[in-house]
Amino acid sequence: MLRVRGHSITKKLTRMNMLVSGAALLLACLAFVAYDVLAIRQAIVHNLSIQAQIAGSNSVSALLFNDPHDAEKTLSALKAAPNILSAHIYTTGGLPFATYSRERGGKAPTLPAIPAGQTEAHWFKDGQIVLVRSIIFQAKPTGSVYIQSDLREINDRLKRYAGIAAIVLLTSLLAALLVSSIFQRAVAEPITHLAGIAGVVSRDKDYSVRATPTGSRDELATLIETFNEMLAQIQERDGALQKAHHELKQRVQELARRAQELARSNAELEQFAYVASHDLQEPLRMVASYTQLLGQRYKGRLDSDADEFIAYAVDGAHRMQLLIGDLLAYCRVGTTGKELCETSSEAALEQALLNLQGAIQESSGVVTHDPLPTVVADGSQLVQLFQNVVGNAIKYRSAELPRVHVSAKKNGGNEWIFSMRDNGLGIEPKYFGKIFVMFQRLHGREEFSGTGIGLTVCKKIAERHGGRMWVESEPGKGSTFYVALPERG
Amino acid sequence: MTITIRENATPIEILLVEDSPGDARLTQEAMRDAKVQNNLHIASDGMEATSFLWRRGKHANAPRPDLILLDLNLPKKGGREVLEEIKLDPSLKSIPIVVLTTSAAEEDVLRSYQLHANCYITKPVDLDQFLKVVKAIDNFWLAIVKLPSDPK
Repeated sequence: MLRVRGHSITKKLTRMNMLVSGAALLLACLAFVAYDVLAIRQAIVHNLSIQAQIAGSNSVSALLFNDPHDAEKTLSALKAAPNILSAHIYTTGGLPFATYSRERGGKAPTLPAIPAGQTEAHWFKDGQIVLVRSIIFQAKPTGSVYIQSDLREINDRLKRYAGIAAIVLLTSLLAALLVSSIFQRAVAEPITHLAGIAGVVSRDKDYSVRATPTGSRDELATLIETFNEMLAQIQERDGALQKAHHELKQRVQELARRAQELARSNAELEQFAYVASHDLQEPLRMVASYTQLLGQRYKGRLDSDADEFIAYAVDGAHRMQLLIGDLLAYCRVGTTGKELCETSSEAALEQALLNLQGAIQESSGVVTHDPLPTVVADGSQLVQLFQNVVGNAIKYRSAELPRVHVSAKKNGGNEWIFSMRDNGLGIEPKYFGKIFVMFQRLHGREEFSGTGIGLTVCKKIAERHGGRMWVESEPGKGSTFYVALPERG
Repeated sequence: MTITIRENATPIEILLVEDSPGDARLTQEAMRDAKVQNNLHIASDGMEATSFLWRRGKHANAPRPDLILLDLNLPKKGGREVLEEIKLDPSLKSIPIVVLTTSAAEEDVLRSYQLHANCYITKPVDLDQFLKVVKAIDNFWLAIVKLPSDPK
């Protein structure tokens, strides 16, 4: 009966109603019956006591004159009370004196003792009551009256009560059932409806549905109203989220497309630059060779203007050869780079220094370095990087003897930061960006030779390795070039 | 080191296989001052080179060259093919072949030696260097090296 967890709210409510009203009625009936039984018993005792008193009073003379016949006559008047089964008069000695019995042949039982100091006592036993009362005449005990009565009155009333209670219980349970069905409509139906809507929302993710308001102004109405408001908010946010998601997706696609385009155009540009510079080399070699040949063979044989013009043509062609060579070198960083693998950066630096041996010795420069790590890199590009930076440090030296120190330390992330510190001319901060741009130079050709590709190539090498390159410098105090390379390629 | 100049008066025959007239002329210029008297014949593509070597068509009376200077990137028939064909011909394979090309690519170098080129030289970009190299070839192959005589 109490296993209700799995049942619907409607059944629960009905059962609760029935149980509560049934229990209340039952308890009320029981209390009522208990009270009534108690009252009837008191009334019976009272009646018996009066009857005993009357019988006793009327038997005093019979006892005094030892006339049992008279006493029996008195007792026989009890015939009028249908509940009295038997009555006896006893002498003070406790001997039977007179007897009345509803059924013939009844014998007087042994007189039960009245507790001391009392004139009357009664006992309920086996659905019967026995009352004994002392007969007092002129303050002296003269004998005792014994009355035995059945309890049919109580039993009859109990039976009637049971009948009435059953009818009332049945009627009220029916009423409760009726009431609960009405309440069901008012309470359970909106809740069931709400549960259904919640199910739809949860299952179909359809936030446009709404629970139907009950029309009343109770907590359920508030619940439904709040639920609907909540749904409206969720719907609004869901819409915004969907929109944002859609926009984000579009932007990501757009970005991916642009990145792809950029990568393609970059690759094309690189390829173009490579092919162009490669194919330009041949005709340029012709121009350079023949102007040079012209210069060599006809020097002094034409006029001085011709010699000068030829010299400019030779110089121009020669510079263009250098530029194209550098452009090719730059393109090769991307197109002909080798696969990245574990490479000793120290060995790469040693190789670079070996390549620069002449320039270093010529300048009496000193290049030192800390122990350098193994990194994932293209070894020959790493050599090129060191060579360009150290070469620059030697080339752009100050009045002091050039000193270069190379070191590496790990930063917080997974990067090795190489630093190459020199005591050279230094660079003004406003040129920090410019020095990494292709063919951008800070000095005239008369001051320092070169095309302005070295650092551009270095930066591209760093970027090809997934790294970065930057500079810190102060004019007159030297420069420090930094290259950050990822620990794992 | 003393250089033994060849004593015999017959000039050395050189075949230059070169499609670029400019380069051909430069080589000619460099050869002009050579220590050894030489006849420089020029073939401008691979087909002409083979015609010359196997004396076909207008080259019916062509001499057998003592040295071949071969460019790799040629129209019609590539330098590698020409090289391969020469080295497969028993009567021609003893002629030393100098590959003289603009290519510095590793695979070109390797492939050429696999095809039994006698040496591989990348044309220097600079004129002076170029002249120096041609003169060095000239000096080495014509003056220093002992070349086989025509088997015929």
